[in-house]
Amino acid sequence: MTKRSEIVLAGSGGQGVLLSGTLLAEAAIQEGSNVVQTVSYGIATRGGTSMTEVIIDDDEIVFQQVEKPDVVLAMSPEAMTKYEGRAAEGALVLYDTTLVAERQGENLRGFPFTDTAVKLGNVGLANIVALGFLCGASGILSRERLEAVISERFSEPRRTANLTALRSGADAAAEALARV
Amino acid sequence: MKNYASLLQGNEAMAQGALYAGARFYAGYPITPSSEIAQECSKVMPKLGGVYMQMEDEIASMAAIIGASLAGVKSFTATSGPGFSLMQENLGLAIMGEVPCVVIDVQRSGPSTGLATKPAQSDIMQIRWGRHGDQELIALSPSSVGECFSLTVEAFNLAEKLRTPVVVAADEIVAHMRENILIPEPGEVEVFDRRKPTGDPAAYLPFGPAPDGVPPISSYGSDYIMHVSSSMHGPDGYSNNGPDNAARQIARKNSKFEHHRAEIVKTRTYEADDADVLFVTFGTVTRAARAAARTLRESGVRAGVLQLITVWPFAEEAVAEFGGRAKTVVVPEMNYHGQLAGEVKKVLGAGADVRRVNSWNGQIITPRDILRAI
Amino acid sequence: MTYATGQQYLKDGVLPHMWCPGCGIGVMLRACLRSFEELGYRNEDTVVVTGIGCTGKLDDYVVTHALHTTHGRALACATGIKAAKDDLHVVVFMGDGDSVTIGGNHFLHAARRNIDLTAIVINNFNFGMTGGQFSGTTFNGAITQTSAYGNPERQLDICALAEVAGANFVARSTPWHVDDLSALITEALSRKGFSLVEVLSPCPTHFGSNNKMKKGTDMLGWLKERTMPVDLYRSKSPAERAGIFPIGKLVDRCEPDFAARYAEVGAKATGN
Ligand SMILES: Cc1ncc(C[n+]2csc(CCOP(=O)(O)OP(=O)(O)O)c2C)c(N)n1
Ligand code: SF4
Ligand SMILES: [Mg+2]
Repeated sequence: MTKRSEIVLAGSGGQGVLLSGTLLAEAAIQEGSNVVQTVSYGIATRGGTSMTEVIIDDDEIVFQQVEKPDVVLAMSPEAMTKYEGRAAEGALVLYDTTLVAERQGENLRGFPFTDTAVKLGNVGLANIVALGFLCGASGILSRERLEAVISERFSEPRRTANLTALRSGADAAAEALARV
Repeated sequence: MKNYASLLQGNEAMAQGALYAGARFYAGYPITPSSEIAQECSKVMPKLGGVYMQMEDEIASMAAIIGASLAGVKSFTATSGPGFSLMQENLGLAIMGEVPCVVIDVQRSGPSTGLATKPAQSDIMQIRWGRHGDQELIALSPSSVGECFSLTVEAFNLAEKLRTPVVVAADEIVAHMRENILIPEPGEVEVFDRRKPTGDPAAYLPFGPAPDGVPPISSYGSDYIMHVSSSMHGPDGYSNNGPDNAARQIARKNSKFEHHRAEIVKTRTYEADDADVLFVTFGTVTRAARAAARTLRESGVRAGVLQLITVWPFAEEAVAEFGGRAKTVVVPEMNYHGQLAGEVKKVLGAGADVRRVNSWNGQIITPRDILRAI
Repeated sequence: MTYATGQQYLKDGVLPHMWCPGCGIGVMLRACLRSFEELGYRNEDTVVVTGIGCTGKLDDYVVTHALHTTHGRALACATGIKAAKDDLHVVVFMGDGDSVTIGGNHFLHAARRNIDLTAIVINNFNFGMTGGQFSGTTFNGAITQTSAYGNPERQLDICALAEVAGANFVARSTPWHVDDLSALITEALSRKGFSLVEVLSPCPTHFGSNNKMKKGTDMLGWLKERTMPVDLYRSKSPAERAGIFPIGKLVDRCEPDFAARYAEVGAKATGN
């Protein structure tokens, strides 16, 4: 059996979900996997919905689109409405409780990504907090691998800021898992 | 260039492919979903001593790459449907003047401005027949980021070999998709450069007869003085309206594609040899068809895929061979009229069971869409 | 010193040329080829770029490198040639239709870029090649094949357009003033950046015959009356200037050309 993960990251334009997807894909490449990242653009860079899909597979990836997600990240109420139902199909649905009303249910896991980013001093890091949380909660990629990718991509002071954001997300996921 | 797998977007891979093939001149007018190619060139060209020019429109972009190529520099442009429409007249000039160059068309959903950010495969006929006059045009269509790179290199090689413009017919999906790809080291993939004239410069005929129909091409500034014309010309490039001359020139210009057909027309098959159900595809939709074929095989149906890497000239032989063997031929494509399906039907004849799967609202064709059709 | 003839740039065996008796295109071409000779242009380093029209036919008479393009697109093609290979002499010949009617956008932007080309525009106030229809430079009220009751539109001032768009050198002359014309072309060719020479020119066959000037000499006389040296022109009142074309050197500046500015970009990109 080969290892394959299908991940959907959705939010609104400007939240940086596309970048989170790219970092995820880059980390997967470093682990020797094949990846495909597709994006769905609205007409505007800001506002509107923004969605990216990442498939990670040891084998060749034939169809490039996610058909049955393993993990969904919902960063906006619209994204949550669209993808919430996937939890019942077995997908782990992670959502931002700063923006999406909290709810109970199997495979649903909320965390205040945006609030955490604000506390770290930069609301723009919510996507990276979420990425850390996604890795911790899903186990798809190791935190160390993502740290390496972030360190490569960013120079200081953004490197430290992004690493801090990633770690706070990953730590939160570890705590949440420990509680369960 | 780092030789480890990197995550590259299709548009970036096409730009990198062009640079790998030796392109050092880009002229274009930005348009979604092709703009990343322009952006990449604007960053890289000045570093390599090349030129990035942002022209006033696509008419000028096509004109400028013709001028630059005739000055001896490998040149290309990138656009989408609306811009491609504007390039048509000067694309004809490139064909008439036998100017090597590459045009990337990242297809998006139309008509007119249409769904500007959504994919389509609806430019195939405008690529082939969008200009006036008798002519042939090569079009290659990538289905992955890897092919974005390799087919752009191939497009330049064919352009240089045949002295002709070559179109890379991509689509929004593959252009904006990111995949891991390994960029080859310089020298790893063959890069072909145009054949230059030799011998007595006074005897040079830029449009003279040649065994394969492709006369050598000089460049502006060379001792081999070159006269290039959009008007009907004799072997020396000067106006010649004689009917015999016109017949010879048009026949030779078209014969190049016959001589080099085996190098131009490329297909790839996936379990097509024994296929009862054959998918004939090009571009990104190939992937959905392969997934559908795999599902069919799992349920005991012998299904396969014929991918047309070269869309034009049309791969009649392969379509006849594999399509003739299959009981049912299915042509999934992102357009309303079944532009490719029509060509397939032309080859297989009226009696053949040729089915269409079309999407024209900017939505990707999925394996499920394809399976539903059979 | 022997007088320059420009003969070495002329193709053998194609004369007599295709232009009508009294047409100004041949006179302009001769003047231009003489300038090539005076400047020591080698055929191998020179590219003649033409549009489509009676003017656009002139590449058939020269033995330099040449590109005969599509209608209106000569400047865009020439831009690619020059940007790719800066050491070439690129000279672009266009009609008024080519340059500022169908090709107006390219004209504007070639001047704006200040790319080092010399554009020579034969303004014969109509589409000569297609039988004398009005163009963007046909003046209001003129009779043409498509304005039997007088042209309802107004004419464009080609030189003024080049000036506001940023050309380094702008001049106007006529075949009547052939020595001035030669000197202006020589200067235009020598100048870095975008240079324009507008040549007001008789088209006796169409524009002339439609407007009571059947002979070439009629139209030359008409051009003589409607032109005035620029210094004199500038001393006149607006009323006295009406309907008159100033001739001579209209703009002469030395802003950096496209290549110079692009070299700065290259230096920044490579950190040199
Ligand atoms: C796209 C296109 N539209 C129209 C024509 C037809 N056409 C050929 S020459 C010409 C006008 C030429 O006028 P001008 O540029 O002033 O040159 P002249 O003949 O007066 O020297 C036209 C309209 C064409 N060749 N191409
Ligand atoms: S039609 Fe007019 S422009 Fe053309 S050659 Fe005759 S006189 Fe000259
Ligand atoms: Mg004219």
